[in-house]
Order: sequence, then C-alpha cells, then structure tokens
Amino acid sequence: MSAAQKAAEAGSPVRSKLTVREVSKTFRADGKEVRVLEKVSLDIHEGEFICLLGPSGCGKSTLLNIMGGFLKPTSGEVRVDGEVVTKADPRRIFVFQERGVFPWLTVANNIAFGLGKLPYAEREERVAHYVDLVGLKGFEQSYPDELSGGMKQRVEVARALAVNPDVLYLDEPFGALDSITRLTLRAEILRIWAAEKKTIVFVTHDIEESIQLADRVVVMSARPAEIRRIVPIDIPHPRDLGSPRYSALREVIFDELGLAHKI
Amino acid sequence: MTNGGVGIMKLRRLLPFSGLLLLVLWSVAVRSSRSSLLPGPWAVGRGLVELASRGLLFRYLVASLFRVTWGYFGAVALAIPVGVALGWYGRVDRMLSPLFQLLRPISPLAWIPLAILWFGVGDTPAIFIIFLGSFFPMVLTTAAAVRNISTVHINVARNFGLSPADVLRKLILPAILPKLIVGLRLSLGIAWLVVVAAEMIAVNSGLGFLIIDARNAGNRYDLVIAGMVMIGSTGLLLDIGMRRLERLRRLRWGYAQTAKGGS
Repeated sequence: MSAAQKAAEAGSPVRSKLTVREVSKTFRADGKEVRVLEKVSLDIHEGEFICLLGPSGCGKSTLLNIMGGFLKPTSGEVRVDGEVVTKADPRRIFVFQERGVFPWLTVANNIAFGLGKLPYAEREERVAHYVDLVGLKGFEQSYPDELSGGMKQRVEVARALAVNPDVLYLDEPFGALDSITRLTLRAEILRIWAAEKKTIVFVTHDIEESIQLADRVVVMSARPAEIRRIVPIDIPHPRDLGSPRYSALREVIFDELGLAHKI
Repeated sequence: MTNGGVGIMKLRRLLPFSGLLLLVLWSVAVRSSRSSLLPGPWAVGRGLVELASRGLLFRYLVASLFRVTWGYFGAVALAIPVGVALGWYGRVDRMLSPLFQLLRPISPLAWIPLAILWFGVGDTPAIFIIFLGSFFPMVLTTAAAVRNISTVHINVARNFGLSPADVLRKLILPAILPKLIVGLRLSLGIAWLVVVAAEMIAVNSGLGFLIIDARNAGNRYDLVIAGMVMIGSTGLLLDIGMRRLERLRRLRWGYAQTAKGGS
C-alpha cells in the first residue's frame, strides 16, 4: 500500500498531484463528430500508481494525451500541482510504445536526449545510472535496430527517468511485447516505481496487468468513455496472483466491464 | 545489410566484366559497319591521350566540375532550408507548393535562353542552369522527408522541451538525413547531366563544349566519344562517392527499413 493511499484511508487530506476536471473531447472526422470522452473527473495523488483500464479504442489513450499536454480537451481542464496543463512539459514524460526511441541515436545517446543542459560529466553519470537501472549494461553503444522490442521499451523508460520527472505517463507500454517480456517489465516498472517514487499513470486494456501494478484501477466504459468505477487494489507488494483477494478484485473489474466470468 | 553497401560491392566486382563486354561489342560493331566516321575503342583511347597531352582534358574536366560545384552547392545550400520550412510549416507549404509544382516540370534546359539574356555568356548562366536543375528536386525531397518524420518522435521532442534550434539539430536533421543523402545523390546526377548540355550552348570550355567543338571542328568523333567517356566515368565516380555516405552507421536505419520492406 502506498503512502498516499494510507493517508487517504486515514482520512487526512492528501495533496493531489494531478486533477482532471470534467474533461470532454470531441473529434471531428469527415464532417461527423465523435465524442470520445464524456466529463471525466479524476484525482491522482503524489506517488500514486494509477491504471486507466478500458476496452480498446475507448478513449483512455486520448485522456492520457490530454493529461500529457499533447491534445487540448474540448471542455474541462487538467491541472498538475494546481497549474493548468496547456502543453507538454519535461517534468512529465510520456512513454510511448517502443516507437518513440530515436533510431539514429545509440542507446546511451537516446537516454541522454533530454539532458542537453547538463555538464558532460553529470550527463555521463546519469546515463550510466539509468542504463544500469533498466538492465541495458553492455548495450550503451548499440543502435535500436540491434535491440529487441523489450530492450527498446527499456530505453524509453530510462530516457524518461533520466530527466527526473514527477510524473510518468505510460501508454500501453508493454502491449506489443511477448508475454514473458511483459511480465519481466511489469516487475521492473514496480521496482523502479518503488526506487524513484514517481507518480505513474499507466494505460492498459489488460485486466491482470492493472491489478498487478496499480494502487487504484480506473475502469472506463466504451466510447464515449466515462469513469465507471475506481477500484482500489489493497494487496500489498509483492502481489500474490493466487490470493483470494486478487481473484475477488478481478471479479469486480470483470463485472464492471460487463464481461462473463467463464468462457 | 544496406542497399548502398550491396550496390557498391556488386558494382566493384562486375565493373571490369561489363567494361570489357562493352569494349568488345563496340569494336565488333565499328568493324562490321565499315564506317570511316565512327571510331573504335583504340582510336578513342588515342584521342584521350591527345587531349591529355594538349592539357585540355584536365582543364575541361576542372571547368565542368567548377560549374557543377557552384551550381550544385548553391542549390543544396538554399534548397535544404526551404525544404525544411516547407515540410515543417503547413502554412509555408500551402503558400509555396503550387509555385514549385508549376516550375518543377520545366526542364532546366528550357531556361537557357533566359539565362543567357540575364547573365550573358560565360560561367554564370551555366551555373544558374545547374542550380535550377538540382534545386527543385532537392527542395521536394527535403520537404517530403520532413513531412515523413514520425509524429511520435515529434511528440518526444516536444515532451523534452527542446528549443526550436534543438528541434532542428536533434530531431529534424538526423531524421531526414538518410533521405536527404538519396536526394543529394539524385540531384548531383541531374547537375552532372545538365552541365554538359549547358556547356554545349553558353561557354567555350568544359566537357560539353569539348563534344560540340570536336564535332564542329572537323568531325573528330574520336574526341566526341572521348568526351562522353570522361562524362560517364566522372559521373560514376561522383555517385560512388555519394553512395559511401549511405554506409555510415548512424544512417543505416534509414536504408535498412526499405530493405526489410518498410517494417
């Protein structure tokens, strides 16, 4: 259980890091209007791990892009530390699926991408630290086309962490990976989260993934997306996937998404 | 494995064979035609030696390369910034694209009369024609390459808060470099095609002038073909030099992609 959650349960006021207030988003395509988000409101605490869970194409990525400052909401606003988000900001890094790695830079130079203003020695030191943290030692001088999908994903995470942001936005970061790599990287993201104390907003359509990772799972409906329910995951880390509590929470989320339990 | 790498290796191995084949076919064709005007390879070889001993070969080669250098580098120096502006800013594109589309299909040679009217005879009109010949393809290649930069990469650059100068230096230029080099190669080819034609009309030195002059001054077809041989081999050497750039390690990603079928 995270500190923020404990505080919330104890009833003391927790400073919220990120506030989403009545955000709606409408896209216009071929003269037709498509409502993607419908008055979504959400409070995220400092240091919290939040999963946005919903069916594919429901608009959870759109919500994440609005939080990140890449899209403007049609109405409503997102605030971070009380400040309205109007554009992308290096204090809050968005981790794309591995496609965000620059193919013309080595692993080390990719990770150093956001560190242009630092003196050389410090930059080297940070790169070395994060190369180590994501387990890419020995690959510093490799180019992305020599790496597997999972390794490229690690490069992205390391590049994001290297600028020491407060918030990480992860948009289905492990979606394109094989299931073994996915499990390994989930364990790693939890280890990194524990070590670095970041606020993490993680978009996924994988129910298991959300229960393994999150402090709270935000279950979203199909388009136009609304928040159906917020499910706090009160299992301590490391989480036992065979525990009755785990199964119970899974049932709750299955129900909320309107899925049959047995196929 | 890159396209350029394979191409050069094959070329190296096959060049002696195809060269020999060309010489044999040429001798046989000249013998069987019984024409007194058409020289065989031997006569052309003697022609080259004659030109070299009169000091013309080197002088004409340098004259042609001089014009190509100025016209080509002038075009490249102007075309890359214009192309980047066209590709990056939609408004500039909408404003200037119709103009470029209109001017592009006009052969650079069609400008020769105007070039002579504006610049008289001498190097300047020839340089101007070469400039026009390489400028338009280079602008369009650059603009297309910039438009092709992945949205994810642009978002990463926005996220890390790069200054406009850094966006150019750390995102746009490295991202377009592989395509830029293909464009540089193609437009150098065009420049070399155009210089010969320009020299046939506006000047009295250079390889193009050599061809016209040899024919006018007593039907010296051995010198005509000697000129053609020089043009062909210089063009080939220039192209091989440009292709070497494609083998640079940090550019390989841009070519490997097409080899794999654009994955």
